[in-house]
Amino acid sequence: MAKEKTVERKKPIEPGSWRHTLHEMKMNQACYWMMLPFFALFTFFTVIPVVMSLPLGLTSFNLVQFPRYIGLQNFYSLFVNDDVFLIAVKNTLIFAIFTGPFSYVLSFILAWLINEMNPFLKVFFTFVFYAPSMTPSAFVIWQLVFSGDSYGYLNSVLLDFGIINSAKQWLTDVTYMMTVVIIVQLWTSMGAGFLALRAGFQGIDTALYEAGAIEGIQNRFQELFTITIPAMGPSLLFAAVLAISGAFTVGSVGAALCGMPSTAYAVHTVMNHAQDYGSIRYEMGYASAICFVLFAVMLICNQLIRKVLSRFTDN
Amino acid sequence: MAETLVNNPVITDSLEAENAKALKKLRKRQKKRGSIENAKVKKSKGKHINGSLGGDIAIFILLALLGIFMLFPLYYSIIQSFKPISELFVFPPKLYVISPTGENFSNLFKVAGNLWVPFSRYVFNSVFITVVITLMHVFVVCNCAYCLSKCRFPGYSALNQLIVISMLFTSTATWIMQFVVMAKMHMINTYWALILPSVATSMGLYLMRQNMSTINDAIIDAAKVDGAGAFRTCWQVVIPNQKPAIATLIIFVFQGAWNVQGGALVYKEDLKTLPTIMSQIAASGIARQGIIYASAVVLMIPPLVIFLIAQSNVMETMANSGMKD
Repeated sequence: MAKEKTVERKKPIEPGSWRHTLHEMKMNQACYWMMLPFFALFTFFTVIPVVMSLPLGLTSFNLVQFPRYIGLQNFYSLFVNDDVFLIAVKNTLIFAIFTGPFSYVLSFILAWLINEMNPFLKVFFTFVFYAPSMTPSAFVIWQLVFSGDSYGYLNSVLLDFGIINSAKQWLTDVTYMMTVVIIVQLWTSMGAGFLALRAGFQGIDTALYEAGAIEGIQNRFQELFTITIPAMGPSLLFAAVLAISGAFTVGSVGAALCGMPSTAYAVHTVMNHAQDYGSIRYEMGYASAICFVLFAVMLICNQLIRKVLSRFTDN
Repeated sequence: MAETLVNNPVITDSLEAENAKALKKLRKRQKKRGSIENAKVKKSKGKHINGSLGGDIAIFILLALLGIFMLFPLYYSIIQSFKPISELFVFPPKLYVISPTGENFSNLFKVAGNLWVPFSRYVFNSVFITVVITLMHVFVVCNCAYCLSKCRFPGYSALNQLIVISMLFTSTATWIMQFVVMAKMHMINTYWALILPSVATSMGLYLMRQNMSTINDAIIDAAKVDGAGAFRTCWQVVIPNQKPAIATLIIFVFQGAWNVQGGALVYKEDLKTLPTIMSQIAASGIARQGIIYASAVVLMIPPLVIFLIAQSNVMETMANSGMKD
């Protein structure tokens, strides 16, 4: 009460109090109006479906009958009874470790190299490296390349040079499947993150480089580490989030190349597993549980990367 | 003479003012005249301060080699679409066409012309949906991203967290619930079912938010001092500085919107989109092998054109130029 009197005398509003919050909200009224359209649509088409599907993980739901509550049984059988899930987790981790960081670093390096070129070549090379993401149907071609008979491009080339003496079953032999899928995955993963990084490079104020040159920066690498990376922290973070969600949700490439399920589940990922239960067996409760586990892992990963990146960049 | 002029403070002031005016005029003229020229000069002065010619050539060769690897499938599907039926089934498949033909394309349009609903209807649907999604997305997302990156209102960090988290959530588990929500809102079998879910996506928002956060706060404060509201600051000050990001945003959203497949959301024939119908045509087996490639190439053209237009219009932005701190 005593405090209230002093407030009345000086007329400042204490930060942290609800009156302060209300005041701030009034000050920023325009912002709320500007955000309204987005968040209205976002709530209906993303938030509500996601929030509604989380409790589904605790039920048995086959799309026809009403969901039946079964507690943590889905999670229990996921980790204890489902051998395929454990294989899928192992595969997903392998994919994530190889494709995630690698495609992230690769797209950064490529975006940087392209940035050093003249305007025409910039557009051209950006197009070249983004092209695979514009042609989603194009990985049919990889099936021809890695085809198992001696007419498959890779097989015939290797046979001609005498490196191998019989055709290899690239897409069905367990020893090669993983490598092949990782290569194709890398090829398709140069999409959104790469383009976002290009935009990030483009947005850097050129005056910074001039200032750097005056300050005595000698070469491109010094310039990269002292000016470029700190200046594009936000873009780096964006590409990292994309890389994480891309790396953990791989699955469609493997399914398209090796079939679903693949031989001995060699390239079966968590995402494939969720699709298997969700759109083939219609056990939506179980599929939701799988997705929930995946989501949790991705969230942890995201927090880690955020911490690492914040050390190198401005914000 | 000069000395007397300099010593007279009134005259010097007016002279300086005159000079400044003349300089401003000159700069304005220069800006109007050929912005490309200006950009080039800037680049050769700006970007290549710390580069060498040898380095440039090495980079070019490296990128060219990788580029061949990346472009190969694109090249292959274009080549395939020009092959006559006799060449399509040659084994092993050839990497070039011996006698190129437009047969596949004419067949595609012949099949398309015999459809129950006129083909132009599907084209209209796709174009309409794509344009509406792109415009709405850019407008809605830019507004929201400005607020999330530059306004400190109560709840701002919670909303930012929400956006990042939602990017990590996969659609496999949510599509059924999305359908339920849309059914409750009576949107199934309307254009809205195809348009609205693609308008508010967190990826585009996060992209814009991240890019806008690099803009100097002083510019925004200056705009506020000049009396611009949040909306005006966003569209007259911030957005013009965000050309690369907006071009990227347009590429993403256009590509996504162009590939929207009706799926379960629309089942009326005259609401279906071009990709849906193309995949239906292509699904009819090995006899239409050529048509599959032709339809893939035709569908690829619009996103490609948008990509090239958007990318080549991206000049170096002048973000933060005019700031002295």
